[in-house]
Amino acid sequence: MQRSDYILRKVFFALVTLAGVIVFNFFLFRILPGDPVKGLIHSPRMTQEAQDRIRAQFGLDKPVWFNLAELKAGNIGEAFDTQFFAYLRNLFHGNLGISFSTRLDVGEVLAQRVWRTVILLALGQVIAIVIGILLGIIASWRRGSRMDTSILLWGLFTWSMPTFFFGIILLILARGKLPTGMMVTPGLKPSDGWTYWLDVGRHLVLPTITLAILYTGEYLLIMRSSIIEVLSEDYILTAKAKGLNTFQILRDHGLKNAMLPMITLIALTLGFTVGGAIQVETVFSWPGIGRMMYDAVGKQDFPLLQGAFLLLAISVILANLIADLLYSVLDPRVKPD
Amino acid sequence: MPLMEVKDLCVDYLAEDGTHLRAVENVSFQLEHGRSLGLVGESGCGKTTVMLSLLRLLPEAGRIMAGQVLFNGQDLLRISEADMCQVRWSQISLIFQGAMNALNPVRTIESQIVEALRVHSSTNGKQDARQRAGELLELVGIPPERGRQYPHQYSGGMRQRAVIAMALACNPRVLIADEPTTALDVMIQAQITRLLQKLQKELNLTLILVTHDLGVVAEICDDVLVMYGGMVAEYSTSDKIYNSPRHPYTQRLLKAFPDIDNPDAELVWIPGVPPRLDDLPAGCRFNPRCHLCEEICTQQMPSLTAVGPDQLVACHMVKRGVI
Amino acid sequence: MDLKYIWSAFRRKPMAIIGTIMLLTVVVAAIFAPLIAPYDPNQRVQVQPSDILAPPDAQHLLGRDDAGKDVLSQLIYGARISLLVGFVSSFVSMFIGTSVGMIAGYYGGRTSNTLMRFTDFLMVIPDLPLMLVIISVWGRGLWKIILVISVLYWTYTARLVRSQVLSVKERSFVLRAKALGASNLRIITRHIFPQVMPIILAQAVLDISASIIAESSLSFLGLGDPTLVSWGMMLNFAFSRAISRMAWWFLLPPGFAIVFVSLAVILIGTALEEIVNPRLKTHHLFDARKMVALLGVRLPPPEPEVELAIPE
Repeated sequence: MQRSDYILRKVFFALVTLAGVIVFNFFLFRILPGDPVKGLIHSPRMTQEAQDRIRAQFGLDKPVWFNLAELKAGNIGEAFDTQFFAYLRNLFHGNLGISFSTRLDVGEVLAQRVWRTVILLALGQVIAIVIGILLGIIASWRRGSRMDTSILLWGLFTWSMPTFFFGIILLILARGKLPTGMMVTPGLKPSDGWTYWLDVGRHLVLPTITLAILYTGEYLLIMRSSIIEVLSEDYILTAKAKGLNTFQILRDHGLKNAMLPMITLIALTLGFTVGGAIQVETVFSWPGIGRMMYDAVGKQDFPLLQGAFLLLAISVILANLIADLLYSVLDPRVKPD
Repeated sequence: MPLMEVKDLCVDYLAEDGTHLRAVENVSFQLEHGRSLGLVGESGCGKTTVMLSLLRLLPEAGRIMAGQVLFNGQDLLRISEADMCQVRWSQISLIFQGAMNALNPVRTIESQIVEALRVHSSTNGKQDARQRAGELLELVGIPPERGRQYPHQYSGGMRQRAVIAMALACNPRVLIADEPTTALDVMIQAQITRLLQKLQKELNLTLILVTHDLGVVAEICDDVLVMYGGMVAEYSTSDKIYNSPRHPYTQRLLKAFPDIDNPDAELVWIPGVPPRLDDLPAGCRFNPRCHLCEEICTQQMPSLTAVGPDQLVACHMVKRGVI
Repeated sequence: MDLKYIWSAFRRKPMAIIGTIMLLTVVVAAIFAPLIAPYDPNQRVQVQPSDILAPPDAQHLLGRDDAGKDVLSQLIYGARISLLVGFVSSFVSMFIGTSVGMIAGYYGGRTSNTLMRFTDFLMVIPDLPLMLVIISVWGRGLWKIILVISVLYWTYTARLVRSQVLSVKERSFVLRAKALGASNLRIITRHIFPQVMPIILAQAVLDISASIIAESSLSFLGLGDPTLVSWGMMLNFAFSRAISRMAWWFLLPPGFAIVFVSLAVILIGTALEEIVNPRLKTHHLFDARKMVALLGVRLPPPEPEVELAIPE
């Protein structure tokens, strides 16, 4: 197939998915049972007037999807004066609403915290991918050997371990030796320069290795089956018949062919790893998006939840798109124009 | 001195529960320089197993239990794996069944031919290798520029020819072609057959052609080995096989093919099915389907006996004078 | 590939046997909980302050939790919830995924495209954040959790089933049935489904562990059913109230219980997968030293330090 075709198709799909997520996000909070404002209205003694004022402030007095009354009256413009379109309009202006619990702008809160999650995830992922791939190769090479079985068992073990529990175990083990909570020791500020960043680094160790160790298992298993699939193909037998030895075959035929599906598979597990970040941030009180979601759940702060979900979903969609584009460049079966 | 001599080759396959299933029993034949051998038989008779055994390329469950493969002063079954890697492709090369998938889809045709050349140091450096790859492609009728393309950009017939080109890269003494024309349409089949014939003559190649198509064998091969159920039924020159087949199986096999000179002749078919490896009949493996079967056939495996110059048959009825 | 074959191959795999024993232990504990557990977790108890987070002793083998209740009993009863969630979610997912995959694979064309795009759509969205958000808004409850997990975890099965159906669809016995005039429904249920069933089974088993872990994650994050005590919920309480005291008897057992069940199911599922997917059995780069098994002959070692015997 043509590369431009492929790319267009993937971009279109990403956009549709994005649209779907945006609509879903809105739908979730306005349609499902449960008054979205109850989180704001703390005092039962608040007057109806005050409640109405708050509702108006959040635009909750308007119809949800389409303003049928206005449509019938012939005012096309006003037909779109609904919660849904207000939501869309706000979204395009980067306005994600106000947090119920902190009264801060959701967008600002997210922007402040996002890089902390990115560091954590990026570090953990890179380590996990590199080591996972290596171990996967070793395991598949000598399939059925004791090395393979032990690596495989380890992979299966990490697969059965919930991320948060592994974090708890490491937390208990490392108590006293490494910082187990938050991002920095209280009192240090960015202006302290090196000391500050070093301290951040020390706080980063536990959450990162929690993620790294667990996800190494994931990638190991994926790489191993990917290679085994490739090594079952006919062209591997041809390579053998040509007189190549095992190492040469793995290097020149096995790896490149196995890496291609790996790219797509890694992208697919990205959504899963975001969930892991939420758990790890909760256990180690790492002040990123994940921890924010956990706190927001406890306080029923829906605008924050909505904003965070949107951010995470968009990131994963984007990551998948990039992976697809990368694939289109690397696989010769997708022809350039 | 024959180029290659296979003596009493026996090959087993290991079943799931560890038992041995005898897939090839006492196969022997010789290859003479420049003479081509056709290996004929139904699907599952062990032809591919024999070929894979020559190069020690059996699947994981395969076990070569006995025999000798004498080639170039060595017994290929007794040399080390490292030495075997040297012999493969440079001395004996192999075209697999279903060669369409024999090529790596994410590498160019040229690079795969070059790889064969460089592994066996058949050329000096990459430039030379690329040059030679181009020549090989031309030899099989593919424009050399197309070497830079990928397998999916070739048609089925072209891929088959590319595989042949690759197999000839290191100037092997022996080329084994396992069902090179099955799965191709008839026009392409003819092309490939003619190509093999031409290459055989031009390069003085010793060819082993494995097929179930008697017509192709008649065209290209000098000698024929007929196999059934893992054993040799008849081994002779192709002339003698066609004009005076002695083994009951060979006779029936020939009658099963339509003859253009005799379009009204009745097509004969052989009742029954080839034996399953886990359910082999005692004695001669053809006995359940043989119209000449007698008691001795169900008890003893017949050995290859000469019934004339250049004609060997494995059948008890030879001694009885029945055939 | 029929059940008899699968069972005989399954019996021979050590992974499978170990996994089955482990799973049976948990199932037995769940079923016979009232008989095995020393206390009833639902019973109100009079507690003294010293009972709160009390370490293990003779009466309470795993100590007591933050409300003074026996940890071991809660652990045993918790098995019921995990198994319930695991099996029900997996079953529902399997049902949805198989239906979608079958229809998409069999009918092809527009239907297949739409269904698969929708499947891809669900697959891309990160699962835990989505579940988190849905349960937050919808409300807590065991059946809500089961439903949410089921509705999100069928996608992989759907893809698997579809690709299997695509390959089976063209096989001769299907074409024969079609030529004989069999209805689509009949072909799907009588001919295609039995071929696809083993693979669905292996995947469904693996899904059980994913469901159990999903529920425990949601419960840990505070979204579990408040009326029940699942292992995830125990960990939620333990983490928020016992971490400073390092009450390991409350912190660790529920987590290890989750790992135990998941591992059991994963072992079974992986064993099944290996049986059912022949491609995972072996590949071409195995150790070839056993290939030449000439009786009575020892082959030289694979190192290239051998003298070639050149017979004349």
